Amino acid sequence: MTGDKIDKKMKVIKTIKIDVDKCNGCRACEVICSAFHAAPKYSSNNPARSRIRIIRDPLRDIYVPVYAGEYTVAECAGRDKYTIDGKEYDECSFCRASCPSRDEFKEPDSGLPLKCDMCEGEDEPLCVKWCLADALTLETREEEEPDEQGEQEDMEIGLESLADKYGLQTIMDSLARMSEKD
Amino acid sequence: MRYAETGFNLEIDLTRGNIEKVASDLGDTELYLGGLGTNAKILWDRVPPEVEPFSPENLLIFGAGLLCGTPATGCNRTIVTTISPQTRLMAFSMMGGFFAPELKYAGYDKVILRGQSPDLVYLYINNDKVEIRDASHLKGKGSIETAELIKKELKEPKAQVAAIGMAGENRVYYASVEQGRSSASRGGIGAVMGDKGLKAIVVRGTKDINIAEPEQYLELCNEVLEYIKIREDNPIPGVMPILAGLGSPQEMKVHDEKWHTENFMWGNSRTRRKDFWTDEIAKDWKETMENAQTRLISCFNCPMKCGATLSLPGLPTYMMKCFTKLTYTMGAFSDLNFGLKIAQRATEYGLDGFSAPQVMAFALELLDNGILTDKDFPEMPEDNEGKFYYLLDKIVRREGIGDILANGTYWAAKEIGNGAEEYAHNNIKKIEQLPLKLSMLNPIYFLMYATGEKMNITQIEGQFPQAPFPKRKQREKFCEDWIQVPDEKFKQIFLDWEFRGDNSIPYYPTVEMTCDIVDWQEMMHYIDDALGQCAGLSSFPLKPPYHIHNYPKFISAGAGIDMDEDKLTKAAKRYRTLVRAINIRRGMRRKDEKPPEDHWKKRFPELEEKLLDGYYKLKGWNNDGIPTKESLEELGLDYVSEDFIKRGILTDGDDAPGDDA
Repeated sequence: MTGDKIDKKMKVIKTIKIDVDKCNGCRACEVICSAFHAAPKYSSNNPARSRIRIIRDPLRDIYVPVYAGEYTVAECAGRDKYTIDGKEYDECSFCRASCPSRDEFKEPDSGLPLKCDMCEGEDEPLCVKWCLADALTLETREEEEPDEQGEQEDMEIGLESLADKYGLQTIMDSLARMSEKD
Repeated sequence: MRYAETGFNLEIDLTRGNIEKVASDLGDTELYLGGLGTNAKILWDRVPPEVEPFSPENLLIFGAGLLCGTPATGCNRTIVTTISPQTRLMAFSMMGGFFAPELKYAGYDKVILRGQSPDLVYLYINNDKVEIRDASHLKGKGSIETAELIKKELKEPKAQVAAIGMAGENRVYYASVEQGRSSASRGGIGAVMGDKGLKAIVVRGTKDINIAEPEQYLELCNEVLEYIKIREDNPIPGVMPILAGLGSPQEMKVHDEKWHTENFMWGNSRTRRKDFWTDEIAKDWKETMENAQTRLISCFNCPMKCGATLSLPGLPTYMMKCFTKLTYTMGAFSDLNFGLKIAQRATEYGLDGFSAPQVMAFALELLDNGILTDKDFPEMPEDNEGKFYYLLDKIVRREGIGDILANGTYWAAKEIGNGAEEYAHNNIKKIEQLPLKLSMLNPIYFLMYATGEKMNITQIEGQFPQAPFPKRKQREKFCEDWIQVPDEKFKQIFLDWEFRGDNSIPYYPTVEMTCDIVDWQEMMHYIDDALGQCAGLSSFPLKPPYHIHNYPKFISAGAGIDMDEDKLTKAAKRYRTLVRAINIRRGMRRKDEKPPEDHWKKRFPELEEKLLDGYYKLKGWNNDGIPTKESLEELGLDYVSEDFIKRGILTDGDDAPGDDA
């Protein structure tokens, strides 16, 4: 620690902004995503392999582009419904998980989960580039990495509250036991 | 491995319930590309001219274009081919939407249906699993309603459904096949589907489409996307709004309907209302559209928003594109609100939006003129709008007078007689046309109307400006970046084209120039129809992103077929000639190649004959419009010329046996 002046570390966060009102439901994003991730690159395409899906129900005016996120082994216990602007959405409409409850984000032949990688190596994700309707736009912003002093303070606040609850001695005993284990 | 196409067709025999997956011949793809081209080859090979439209021997072919399902923007057309009950000729209506790519992802290029199912059924294609399923519970259901019910019962929300409504089931000659936001409407294809006992085709696919030269192909696709952006940011000045940009006419997006409402005819294509479009109507119609519209929507892999989801108070939601927006409105002398409402019912019934309103207006004209009487219309409401709903219901159910009207104006007039034929005045080759009546003959449009076998002018015209630009400077500017021309001579023709004087219609463009222009226009549509490309990004608008210079590269890189401009031009000519050959074999001749008598006030019979002579010659057809032996052989269509000679359509020399053949 050098005192007052700290060089804050920054990290780049890529955000794809999704404007469901602008989506025209054409699925160009699915086409180009699956083409980009084919091996060799662009040698085939198949929306069923795409890492972006449009949850689409034209007669109910539902168009939600969703990106593949983490794989999960278990499906949600309950599934909720959201009503937004008078339209009822299944909770899964917004969920990025490759999950047992649905066939989104799984390779059609192997069932292996898919995950969006923001088209590594390209200037921007190709789904964004191919979305001329501007339903998908890329925003890059810098965010501060949490600094160490801040982390130290956070931890001390946490410890204090634990000490208040269990007594300082109990906390110290626990810490001693934990360090013996290492 | 096959590229761009799957290399397999589904052969369905509805009589026996037999399903087969059959490999197609790559050689046919090289000669006829795909979509319309290979559809025509199959129809020539397997449907002899004796086959009636409503018979088990007639085929109904749903063919995906060669490049459908690849990343090529806007390539999503299903070309539906059969023998039309209305024209008794080959029908090839196209539909956009999402069906063709889904079929390709399921592993098939075409579904070829023959036979007749004794009970109403639907076909369910889910990758390698294909089954014919009972559809008796769907009898009488609307086309969109049917699609929703099927997706629910199969638990396949992602399936694409092409279905007929009541009109198709009851074999209305102008019944359509509806597919969500799109339809194959012209020529009564839905009636053939109904005759076969097929309510719907449902398809779901999760397989790959392969590309021969991936990097090159993507570069081509990216160039097209870039061009679309530039073109959309720079609308063409000096033309009406719907022609300034890309896409099929942007009827759902554009509110200004001055041009259509004041230049197209109302009623039974009779009345021009020159001062119709007032500020008040503009405001009223805009409000109607904005209240009804929930979203502008697109077909598969296309940024253009040519369609819209419409929800009118108290009516189920539906999707509409293009000119059906105005056909019912203008047929019934009503307003946009009525037009959008009745179109909802007509879409569920599955009817062609061009023919249906004209048939109804025709019926009311016959009533007004005493050829039909009140007895023919029991309990018909008094108001015009009520009359239209009444007639719509009668027609799709084939009840009373509806049974006759269900056959279209040509056949209905013949059956009614008593002078009714004069009222069926807006047909070409027995099919209702756009309600357009003009003053001075336009030689380009004359040839397109006369010789077109797509039966709809919007699917024949394009590329070349519809009218001259007033100032030479404007024309020069237009020519500056007109990269799409197949030959520089087209620029000169356009530069010299004037509103008045020696270089104006009908004698300019000259016969020779006119033939070249029409040949180019037609070729681009035929290429689109084989590749599955929507005309809205290609053959219809001015300066489209796809053209004769980049298409060969798309085919080479996409399908792995060695292609250049000459080869592509020849291929398009080959299957265009084959379409003609199918129709010639079914009796079509020069005498059938004429626009409606009253399409233009000022006609030039001598010039018109010269135009036809010139065009036939350019096409390699004899004076009766029959492809000559020599031109057939040059295209590798020896089998056609042999058939023609065998049937006495051609003699061993080139000419037809007689003028009255």
